[in-house]
Amino acid sequence: MNSNRLKKNKWNKRKKTLISWSFILPNFIGFFIFTLIPIVFSFILAFSDWDSFSKPKFIGLNNFKELFGDATFWISLKNTFYYSIGVVPLTMICALGLALLLNKKIRGIGIFRTIFFFPYITSLVAVAVVWNMLFHPTMGPINQFLQHFFTTLPGWTSSSKWAMPAIIIVSVWRSMGYYMILYLAGLQGIPKELYEASSIDGAGKWEQFRNVTLPSLRPTTFFVLIMLTINSFKVFDLVQVMTEGGPGRATNVLVYEIYNEAFVNFRFGYASAISFILFIIVLSITVFQFRIEKKNAQA
Amino acid sequence: MDQSVVKKEKNNKVIKNIVIYIALIVLSIFVLVPFIWMLSASVKSSNQVFTVPIQWIPKEFHFENFINIWKKVPLTMFFKNTIFLSVVITLIQLLTSSFAAYGFSKAQFKGRDVLFLAYIGTIAVPWQVYMIPQFIMMKGLGLTDNLWALILMQAFNCFGVFLMRQYYMSIPDELCESARIDGLSEWGIYWKIILPLTKPAIASLTIITFVNTWNDYMGPFIYLNSTENKTIQLGLRMFVSQFDAEYSLIMAASVVSIIPVAVVFLSMQKYFVEGIATSGMKG
Repeated sequence: MNSNRLKKNKWNKRKKTLISWSFILPNFIGFFIFTLIPIVFSFILAFSDWDSFSKPKFIGLNNFKELFGDATFWISLKNTFYYSIGVVPLTMICALGLALLLNKKIRGIGIFRTIFFFPYITSLVAVAVVWNMLFHPTMGPINQFLQHFFTTLPGWTSSSKWAMPAIIIVSVWRSMGYYMILYLAGLQGIPKELYEASSIDGAGKWEQFRNVTLPSLRPTTFFVLIMLTINSFKVFDLVQVMTEGGPGRATNVLVYEIYNEAFVNFRFGYASAISFILFIIVLSITVFQFRIEKKNAQA
Repeated sequence: MDQSVVKKEKNNKVIKNIVIYIALIVLSIFVLVPFIWMLSASVKSSNQVFTVPIQWIPKEFHFENFINIWKKVPLTMFFKNTIFLSVVITLIQLLTSSFAAYGFSKAQFKGRDVLFLAYIGTIAVPWQVYMIPQFIMMKGLGLTDNLWALILMQAFNCFGVFLMRQYYMSIPDELCESARIDGLSEWGIYWKIILPLTKPAIASLTIITFVNTWNDYMGPFIYLNSTENKTIQLGLRMFVSQFDAEYSLIMAASVVSIIPVAVVFLSMQKYFVEGIATSGMKG
């Protein structure tokens, strides 16, 4: 009888596990086949030679050897860093500034929040196309406005010097609303007592901002920093629509280079090696930022 | 004397509010300028788009632009493809991730947390890292230049599972426990108790997925080649390269491509913002 009960218990447990799995399986099957397997294969592919027609061949580090001698690769890496160094701080400052302005209980604040957030949800192609017209070097409204103050005008997307700043401006304009929402959530989580206490201590607005707001926002800032940095290394759409990597190679970024090697030149192995580099960069940024944050939290 | 202090403070507050409003209005105009320009250019004739000085309000209105664009490129087809993709991906994503989120938060089984870690870990891997093997796989399945490739790629996103789980975690386990004692099955608990409680989460995931799919560019750009499979984003891009001097038509098509997603966003804005704040902050 006892063993019967044990059997029943075991059967019950198995049934429970099966039911639990029935919830997860529909998503897991798709996730496993179309995400996990490709991730594993991407690492193998990085060490192979494959043009999609013949059989893949394992070639060890040859892809990377070629890559490190490839001038276009280094240019795309440099451009990606340039984009990142421009976009990350600017977006952070704009997002925080907007959030501070909007974190007030005054009438109609919701409308302004919607307006600042709106560029983020509008389709990228439409936005990139309209900005290209605004940036038109001779007839565009931006240069028409600037000519009142400057004699030499930037050529924006038609000049290799100004194409990247133009993309950076559009990117900041488009995504600041998204990060503003994150900062607003962070600001609303700061206890009012902290401000009251520092007010009693005679702290001015600026001191309050420095000693209460900024430290309390640290987790948000940390999260925004990671998200922004990682996203900046994945930039492709804006570049493709605004400049197609040009003029010359002035806005050729890492993902654009991956796209070119894989889907224009059909060098799947070589392109995967660049993807591998992208992965290493993103991974080290995440690890590095977590380390720093841990140190800060302890200090 | 007390009263005058109160009055002064009130006055100060009014002035402060006026300053904030002015700052907000100026910033709003800056943010909205591209859209205003887009709207204004869309009802001009193409040779009136770039004029010196800029005409914000056109001298004459060419509303026929909005009719002509439908004749130039198969916009209806682009819309049909985009709606199909957005609706199917959103539906599959919604169903499978809310199931999985229940499994990961309310059901108990061996290896649950390890498996969830695998899910979370892949969020950190950019799609661009594994898009090549994924493409080769789809090619093997004969799905290149096929909308189903994009559906299979995007409908089982781990982000959805992650977002839903965040909400499910905030529902006390005691609720499920007492339902279990009452004899409700696991699927019964999911359907009758958890699902009705997580309507806001469902709304959030719906709108985020819909907007992302509608605006996706790189996925369709790599996969869809033939005109009859193109999405509205690709179609707009094609329009720009085919009629690059027809500025006003390009702007009219841009306006049309933004309208559906703007309507969805404005009507469900609250859930969108909440979804971002939840998935962003509690992670």
